[in-house]
This record gives sequence, C-alpha cells and structure tokens, in this order.
Amino acid sequence: MHGWIGKILRVDLGTGKVSTEALKPELARDYIGARGLGTKYMYDEVDPTVDPLSPANKLIFASGPMTGTFAPSAGRYDVVTKGPLTGTIAASNSGGAWGPELKYAGYDMLILEGRAAKPVYLWIQDDKVEIRDASHLWGKDVPETTETLNAETAADAKIACIGPAGEAMSYIAAIMNDMQRAAGRTGVGAVMGSKNLKAVVVRGTGAVTVADKEAFLAAVAKASTMIKEHPVGGTGLRLYGTNVLVNILNSVGGLPTANFQDGHFETADKVGGETLAANQLQRPKGCFSCIISCGRATKVSNPKYKGEGEGPEYETAWGFGPDCRIDNLDAVVKANYYCNEYGLDTISMGGTVACAMELYHRGIITKEDTEGLDLDFGNADAMVEAVRLTGLGQGFGRKLALGSYRLASLYGHPELSMTVKKQEMPAYDPRAVQGIGLNYATNNRGGCHVRGYTISPEVLGVPFKVDKDSIEGKAELVALFQNLTAALDSTGSCLFTTFGIGAPEFAELMTALTGFAYSGDSFLAAGERVWNLERLWNLKAGLTAADDTLPPRLLNEPIVTGPSKGAVSRLPEMLPLYYGARGWDADGVPTREKLSALELA
Amino acid sequence: MSMMLMIHPDKCTGCRNCELACSMEHEGNFRPKASRVHVYTWEREGFSVPMMCQQCKDAACVTVCMPKAMHRNPENGQVELDADKCIGCKMCVQACPFGCASWDFLGSQILKCDTCDGAPSCAAICPTHALEWVEDTVSAQARKRSFAAKLKNAFAEV
Repeated sequence: MHGWIGKILRVDLGTGKVSTEALKPELARDYIGARGLGTKYMYDEVDPTVDPLSPANKLIFASGPMTGTFAPSAGRYDVVTKGPLTGTIAASNSGGAWGPELKYAGYDMLILEGRAAKPVYLWIQDDKVEIRDASHLWGKDVPETTETLNAETAADAKIACIGPAGEAMSYIAAIMNDMQRAAGRTGVGAVMGSKNLKAVVVRGTGAVTVADKEAFLAAVAKASTMIKEHPVGGTGLRLYGTNVLVNILNSVGGLPTANFQDGHFETADKVGGETLAANQLQRPKGCFSCIISCGRATKVSNPKYKGEGEGPEYETAWGFGPDCRIDNLDAVVKANYYCNEYGLDTISMGGTVACAMELYHRGIITKEDTEGLDLDFGNADAMVEAVRLTGLGQGFGRKLALGSYRLASLYGHPELSMTVKKQEMPAYDPRAVQGIGLNYATNNRGGCHVRGYTISPEVLGVPFKVDKDSIEGKAELVALFQNLTAALDSTGSCLFTTFGIGAPEFAELMTALTGFAYSGDSFLAAGERVWNLERLWNLKAGLTAADDTLPPRLLNEPIVTGPSKGAVSRLPEMLPLYYGARGWDADGVPTREKLSALELA
Repeated sequence: MSMMLMIHPDKCTGCRNCELACSMEHEGNFRPKASRVHVYTWEREGFSVPMMCQQCKDAACVTVCMPKAMHRNPENGQVELDADKCIGCKMCVQACPFGCASWDFLGSQILKCDTCDGAPSCAAICPTHALEWVEDTVSAQARKRSFAAKLKNAFAEV
C-alpha cells in the first residue's frame, strides 16, 4: 500500500500479547485513516455500552495516510476510544511528531486492549515491541516523564504519555505527546490511566511511500501555495497564533464571558494574540510537516507565574481569561503550562473553573467547599491554583477533575455547566453565531468546535461569508463542514489547511498518494460515512436526540452587553432542519436509505 | 565564490519539512532517518536547530577517506561523495565533528548532503527560510545586520 503502511499493531496489556495484522485496503479507502478508521475498528470490536474506564474499552492510536508525508501540515494522529467525559465515541486529534513516528515504525494504528496489572509503558522500535515497567514514572509530570523516557530508550524516540491527571483518571485528562501537544478532549487521558499505561514510546526507521510521486509533488506544491497565499493560513496564524481570535470574537460580541453569562469582555485585548506576541511569545512553532506554524513557544518571566512551554491557543486563553473574567495573560499562560505538565484538556479545565466560579459567586459553594480557595470571577491567583490542584488531584481539585457537568451536578445545579453531552463548549458564543451552536449541539463528541468550524464562514468570511445571526442555510452548512472535517481529520491533516484548500485539493493529494481514485465528492462522502458511523455508535451507547441540545442559558438568557446584546440561540428551529439535511428521521436516527447510500447498512 | 546553506535556528519552527524533502529527493520516499539534514528540538524551550553538512574547507571526511570517495569538487567547492568508490568503512562518519555524515544501515550507504546538485530541496521547502541557499560571500551579512539591529536597539535605549 502507499500512504498507508498496511499494518496494525495490537497489544493486550492484560496478557502481554503483542500481534500484528494487515490493514484491509478497502477499509482504508472507505474510512481513510486516523479518526475514521479508528472509529470503524471501535464500531466492529467494542460494545458501545462499555464502561469507558473498564478493561473492555479499547484505546486506539491512529495515524492517517498523509501522516509522515510532506503534504502540508499533515502530521497528525487521533486517539480513538469511548470517552469517559461524554460517554460518546471519542477521537482526540493531536499534532507534534508522534503520529509520523508510529508510521515510520511500520504501523498505521496501535490498538491497546485490556489493563496492565501495574504501571507500564510500551516501547516500540520498528518490529520490536516491549511492555516495560513504569512504576518509577508513576506520579511524574509530562516533561519529566518525557525526558526520563528519552534517556532510557532513545534520544530521538517520540513519546505520548499521561501526567498525574490521567493516572488519577480525571474526566478531563489529556494524552500529551512531544511534551507540549495534546490529544485533549473527551477525557482520553483517563482511559490511558485506567489501563495503567503511562506512555507509548516510538522510534521508527522505515518509510512512507507514494503511489504517484510526480502527481503527489504537484498536488503538494499546489496545496502549499494556496495555504501560503491565504491571509489566515499564510500569515495570520504564524504572526499571532490562534489567539488572534480573542479580539475578533469580542468585536462581534461572540466571546463567552463569565461562564457564558455574557458575550463581550471589556478588557479582552489584554489576553489576545497581539498582546501575547508583544510579551510572552518567543517564536512560532510548527508540528510535523507544518507550513502554518501557529504553535506558540512562550515564556513568562513574571516571578509569580514563571515558566516556559507552549501555548496558549485561543480557546485556552479564552477559558482561563474572559470565561473566568480574568485579563492577566501571565496567569492564563501559567494555567496553560500546568495543563500541559499535568496532562489536562485546557478547554474543559477553563470551562470547569468558570463554572466553579459561578457556583461560588452565587453562593452555591463556599470557601468550605473549595477548601479555602476564593474562587470568584476575576481572581487570577485562585484560577491558577485551581488548575494546579486539579492536575495534582489535591483539595478542591479532586472535584474540578470531574469536569463542570459532574461538579455542578454535585451541588444540584447542572444547568450552570456550559457543556454539550457533558463536554465543555469552547470559545464561540452560540447566541452570537447561530451555526456554531447547531454544530455544538449535534457534535458527535459534545461541545467541540473543531469538527464543524462554521466560524470560518460565519465570522471570518472564509471561504465565503454568511450571516452569523441568520439560521438560513445553517443546517446544510453545518453538515457540510462536519463531513469535510471528518474526512480531513481522517487523512492526518490539520484543520487549518482549510484556510487555503478544500475537498478537491484533498482528493488530489489522496489520489496521488494512495493510488485510489478520490474525487471531491467521494472524499466528502467518506466524511459523511464517518460522521454517520460515529452517530450510530452514540445511539447504541444510549444517547438520543434529547442530547442534541445546548445548556438552557443559551436558549433562554440573552447576551447582556456588546454587539450581540439581546441574542439567544435559535437551536430549536435549526435542529429539525439539520436532521433533514442529514437524511435522518425526526428522532435523529439515520434512515436505512441514508445508511445504504453510505454503504453502512 | 560559491554557494552555501545558511542555517538560521532562530527562524526554525521544528516542522522537519527539510528532512522529508531531502528523503524524497534522494530516496524517493518519506524516511526521515535517511535524510541528510536533521532537526533537533528542545521541547521545554521550543527551540529547534537544523543540522547538516557545512562543506568544510578542511574537511575531516575528505582527509580520512582512504579510497578518495569523499572529495572536493573544484568547480563548485562542495564536498562530494563518489558512491562507486565508497567502500563503506564509515571513517567519515567517525571523523565529522558535526555528525553530518552518517551511515544508513537499511540502505547500506553513507548519508551526506550533496546540495541536490546545487538546488537544495531542503531550502526550497523550508516554510520560514530557516535554511537558505546563498552565496558564501554574502551569507553572513544578513545575520550580522540583524544582530547589529539588536545592538542598535540596546544602545538606543541607553
């Protein structure tokens, strides 16, 4: 095979059995790789009602066919499993250089089963695979784990690991790779912790091959030029990172503030990408094969929040900033460092602190509950300390580690959790931007922006401008963006390549790389197939149309100040249209006709 | 005058596109372990340094090469490897103080930059111009100027 390696590594952590198997070419063609292919394997092998933290759940690390090539910004992989935070199928996507290394070692996917009796790590050197003792690493943070493992395996090995949060099975724990990159969402770090698996260390010496070299080089050159010439993909993201969005979203009144009580924050600029570039930014960073370089190598010299590392992304700066009514960027960056070091998802962490702040502000929890933490809106020190305690599983952090839905439910107020399917929504207010609300509500992994990023057309005007306040055409727009993203995620590409290229260019790249003929339409159809398969999984797991909703606040409480003052989400009007656009029945169940058209029935 | 590959670590993002381009150019596939350039990243600081052959004037690899496979091309000034003469003794690997000649155990070959015959693919693909193919007479001027600018800023504040 070309693009794909054609081999899967399977490790049963309970028995220690290691085996390999061939990847079926027709499965690869239809589900592409990474998110799509991982989901197909989960669907075929794991009962969707499985307890996510039990040995029966599987944990799949899956690369895509483009991973490890120089297709622009395409070095990514997905962690596919049942997510403990949401109870949905989870695919958490990460960059860095870990995914490519798995392929150079000779595998498209790594499927982990069972549970190790004691802490272990996996050491993969091409076809040599060892399960090693990790008791000396248990309790160590991500940077220390990474450096220790590089010292005891190989200096150029790539490492994906969990920090103390994953070990303690926090519902918002991430899997970190290359020290600074996160497969963050849906609590995949907890699944790794439940398997007593501290790290997967990979070193590969092999190659990824290409079906039609000349055609691939031409397709890469064309796609790269289109991205480089795009104002966002070519220049904006390198200059200011994703955090350039703070001021943009604030300017349209779509920056959720104080746990989504408002959509506008007066001093938002203080935590924006421009401020970061002028102060903490050391230099832009790129993941493997990236030509965009949105990563931020940063440093905080303020002794109170001193540190260095990567970040923040926009959603992180928003979560620890405006959503907590905080405008101290040093504190925000420090909270990001703690998340990277202890292995926490920054979006869910930010949303959970914001929720706790509202509970505290309203007197629902007190200093007695927080064990002395004055966790009110605007208190930067308390926010940073709350994140540290969550990462270490200490004090009130033990409750924050549950995520905001379970936290707010403990105190009888689940409605104050700004979540969809129990996962914290990111930094775009659905009242100010109608399409993104529909995407949150229908997203297969709950509150998530990166699987139907309608912010592009609704706010940035990319690749075309639509009215963010209108609901007209939003059902079709959301479905289209969800399908395209499902397909491109499955290739190993970064979402940000869509700031330049679309389905026709992905089809060209895939055709030249793999030798299978893709068209723009068949590429999108593969994405639709993946989306529907995820939906089927979730329905079998027990989710229903009732879960396709937003917190009542967004449907009933208008934005108080700023340009979007008075707006609420019109989700109830959009949802039936979305089911229709998807070819699903009124209960959100894919029809037999739709499934057979997608070759899923 | 000849050309040289100028490395600007301050501009490197650690993306390793140079490794991929090098591997594709020489091996026809994507195998970074067979690349002639390698990028090393310090993840805590987020700092990356590309390492590659600098075509030394007094090249240790040439001095130690018994069959004279490693030699200087008088026309372009580059150190070149004649694979037909190479006996695979790996003395160049041991002699290069920068580690920029290496042995590919899978391909049974010495890996050493050949500047892609005067059009290095690594510099062509580098998205941030951290690798530049420039005349050796002017190569250092840009860096000198940028450092001078830093000094200017420092002195201007005094």
